Amino acid sequence: MSGGPASQEPQLLRRLLRAKDRMDAASHEDWPVRRLARVSGVSEAHFARSFKQAFGVPPHRYLLTRRIERATALLRDTDLSITEIAFDTGWESLGTFGRTFRDVTGESPGTLRARTRTAAHEPGRVPGCFLSAAHRPDLTIAVSEKRRRQAGDITEPSQKEVL
Amino acid sequence: MSPGVEVVGLYVRDQDEALAFYVDKLGFHVHTDVRNGDYRWLTVQHPEQPSFQLGLFTPGPPVLDAQTAQTLHALVAKGAMPPLVLKVDDCRAAHDRMLARGVEFTQEPMDRYGTVDAGFRDPSGNGWKMIEARR
Repeated sequence: MSGGPASQEPQLLRRLLRAKDRMDAASHEDWPVRRLARVSGVSEAHFARSFKQAFGVPPHRYLLTRRIERATALLRDTDLSITEIAFDTGWESLGTFGRTFRDVTGESPGTLRARTRTAAHEPGRVPGCFLSAAHRPDLTIAVSEKRRRQAGDITEPSQKEVL
Repeated sequence: MSPGVEVVGLYVRDQDEALAFYVDKLGFHVHTDVRNGDYRWLTVQHPEQPSFQLGLFTPGPPVLDAQTAQTLHALVAKGAMPPLVLKVDDCRAAHDRMLARGVEFTQEPMDRYGTVDAGFRDPSGNGWKMIEARR
C-alpha cells in the first residue's frame, strides 16, 4: 500500500481529521476504534490503517501523546496531585500512568513537576495552546517497543499495533 | 495607506463554500472577487480590519499542476496548514454565536493563560484558534 501524501482522498482525510480533533478535544475519554470510525464515517476494519497513513501514527499512540502532553501541562501549571492528574487525563491506574509517563518522557511525573517548577519561565508571546503542542512527545515508536529497546532486547519487534 | 502586509492566502477546497463560511458564519465581508478564466481571485476582510485581506484560494491549474494541487488539498484536509489566530472581544459569546450558525468547533472555550481561547475549523480543514483579547 503506497503511503504518499496524495494517495488518500481529501474528503476522507477531512473526516479522519475530525476523529483526530475529537481525541484532541477529549483525550481523557475512551476512544475505541468503533467510536473513532463512526466519527470519520469509515469502517472499523479500515480506520486504524487509514488514520496511520494520514497522520503517521496509529490512532491510539496519537491519543497517548495527547494524554502525556496534557499531563505534562497539568504537572507544570497546576497544584493537582499526581493521582488526580492520572485520572483526569484518562488513565485507569496511577501505576500505569507513572510507568507510561516515564517510558515516554524519560522521567517520572514527580521529577518532571519538580524540574519544571524550578525552571519556571515566562512563555512570552506564543499563544499557550500552540506552545503546549510544541511540547507534545514525538512518539515515533510504540511504547512497548521503546521499553524493549531500553531493556536491551531488540531482537523481536512487535507485530501488534499497540500503544 | 500605511505600508504592511495586505493579503495572506489560505488554500480552500471550494471557493464558494469558503466564501459562504467566512461571510455568513464568521461575518467577514467580500473584498475582491474577480475571475479570469478558471482562475478566481477571492479575498475577504474582517469588518474591523480594513487594511488586511484574507485570500481564499483553490490550489490548481493554471498556477499549479494537478499533482501538486492534489497534495495541497490533502494537506489542508489533514489540518496540516499553519496556525491561524482570530482575536475577539468575548470568546464565549463569539463561540455561541458561531456554533448556532453551524461552525465546527474543535475546542470549547477554555480559561487559560490569563485569557479564553477556543478552536474551530473551516470546511476545508484550516484550523483557527479564537483568542479573547486581554483586557
